[in-house]
Amino acid sequence: MTTATLSRWDRFRESFLWYSFKRDKVAIVSFLVLLLMVLAAIFAPLLAPTDPYDLALINIMNSEMPPVGMQGADAAFPLGTDAQGRDMLSTILYGTRVSLLIGFGAVVLQAALGILFGLLAGYLGGRVDSILMRIADVQLSFSTLMVAIIVGAVFKASFGSLMFGEIAIYMLIFIIGVAEWPQIARTVRASVLAEKKKEYVDAAKVMGFRTNRIMFRHILPNTLSPIFVIATVQIANAIISEAALSFLGLGMPETQPSLGSLIKSGFDYIQSGSWWITLLPGLVLVVLVLVINLLGDWLRDVMNPRLYKG
Amino acid sequence: MLAFLVQRISQAVVVMFVISVIAFAIQDGLGDPLQEMVGMSVSQEEREALRDELGLNDSMVVQYLRFAGNAIQGDLGNSYFYGKPTLDVIAEHLPATLELVIGASLIIMLLSVPIGVYAAIRPQALLSKFFMGVSTVGISIPVFLTAIVLIQIYSIGVTVEWFPADTGWGSWLNGALTTEGGLPSYGRGDDLTHLFGTWNSGFFSNRGLMHLVLPCVSLASIMLPLFIRLIRAEMMEVLQSDYIRYARAKGLSAVRINFLHALKNTMLPVITVGGVQIGVMVAYTILTETVFQWPGVGLMFLEAITRSDIPLIVAYLMVVGLIFVITNTLVDLVYGLVNPTVKLTGKKA
Repeated sequence: MTTATLSRWDRFRESFLWYSFKRDKVAIVSFLVLLLMVLAAIFAPLLAPTDPYDLALINIMNSEMPPVGMQGADAAFPLGTDAQGRDMLSTILYGTRVSLLIGFGAVVLQAALGILFGLLAGYLGGRVDSILMRIADVQLSFSTLMVAIIVGAVFKASFGSLMFGEIAIYMLIFIIGVAEWPQIARTVRASVLAEKKKEYVDAAKVMGFRTNRIMFRHILPNTLSPIFVIATVQIANAIISEAALSFLGLGMPETQPSLGSLIKSGFDYIQSGSWWITLLPGLVLVVLVLVINLLGDWLRDVMNPRLYKG
Repeated sequence: MLAFLVQRISQAVVVMFVISVIAFAIQDGLGDPLQEMVGMSVSQEEREALRDELGLNDSMVVQYLRFAGNAIQGDLGNSYFYGKPTLDVIAEHLPATLELVIGASLIIMLLSVPIGVYAAIRPQALLSKFFMGVSTVGISIPVFLTAIVLIQIYSIGVTVEWFPADTGWGSWLNGALTTEGGLPSYGRGDDLTHLFGTWNSGFFSNRGLMHLVLPCVSLASIMLPLFIRLIRAEMMEVLQSDYIRYARAKGLSAVRINFLHALKNTMLPVITVGGVQIGVMVAYTILTETVFQWPGVGLMFLEAITRSDIPLIVAYLMVVGLIFVITNTLVDLVYGLVNPTVKLTGKKA
């Protein structure tokens, strides 16, 4: 057991991935920042000074206090407070947690759908391929954000605001996952088309393996690296989509805010000069998305899969 | 060519059919029109009679056919809130959105081509690296955040006192970063020029233009990085090709090669992708219009959702669906005309 993990670790250290990572300062810094943010999000309940979900801890008298360093600041609230008197540091930590959870969940869902449909379309070909890819084309031409907004609007209208708020996390994962699956399905299909001409697939067919086994056990592992690259960028896209939906009021409720709904609730107060309620969560959102995008760029350069342009 | 034309148009018809089915399902699934029409006191029998009269007891297929038939004749019902035909409401709001899209497209075209070409010709130059870095950051900033920051800086104004004011460079930096504010951040203003029909334009007066600046810049900011990257990538590919090398060997001037020979072939994919992206911009107009309270169809759609104005939601879906289908079909046709061998591949959201 230990020897196996050891050799795997050694193999990783000899790999090109690690080699190029060590030499790319942007990748290292991005990775460290991302790691820090993910850890802060996971351990938010331990790190946050107060629990923003606990209504008993909120005092309206503390509302709209500026961050430390400005006039009228309170040392108890290092990043100031929002309009309801919640500590900004705590809400941002919890908000990052919600945003990351939705981003990650949505990508898992769209990867599952995208891999399944991409494999079916690429390997089976024929009518299955043309139907699935037509659907993907149409959905992409409508832009994934538009699809997500419409689905979100319909869900919200049919469930009602209150109920939608309670199940918003699952709804958003579902909406964004379903809206973005074509991106991954196309990538998978393209690599499946290249893989299925290779000899090992012929060999597997001759040996009489079932289609399912060939698709999932033989071809899928060889298409993983482009999936990995596109999934990284898709996490960033999903986080932006979630923020956009929440900003439009189709996402997380204010009682359980994500970074997007924090920006939305702060936007109502920006004209009165309380810029920190909007811009601090905004800054965290931009840094989070930026480091994920930078890591995605780096991964794409290293793995160099045949990705679509644009 | 004719087969291609027929194929694309029939595909567009199928897509429109699917959209209409979805729109019909939304109309049918959300809310009960009787509840909107009658009060609490109306008896069960009267309700049933009214249902029969309105055709709500007919089969789904019959109801859909009636819906589709009316839609083709331009009747998508009346808006609950505005109390007039939904298509009229959309026609009133559409010009504002179109002006936003036109303004943003102008900004994108004027900036992305020179920057993209420059970054392709001099990939190692400091300025190119700066532009590429800025465009990576730009992709990571959501459009509504750009809009909010623009409002904070150019409409509210910011006072910067970070640098020591008693030194010359400190007070200069403070002064340079401090903005007065003054650009309008709300709506279209009232100085609009009537063009025709429902179209009142903000392009022909100073106030109208001032109102356009911030929303258009925000909307352009989300697409600009994509276009810069696309133009740069295409241009770099073209610059590798044989005919460019031949032109260089012939001793043509760099300007002539870059802007006459290379740019022409670069723009072909860029224009088609651009056509699709302008359709995609409609999604972003919803966000931009929300921030700037811009009275276009995006804001109207969002308000319709809050008011549960279902006929208006359905009409918006149909109209936007039609716009998407028409732009995509046109782009496909143009592409097929110009370059039948190349299949249009991916486009990013």
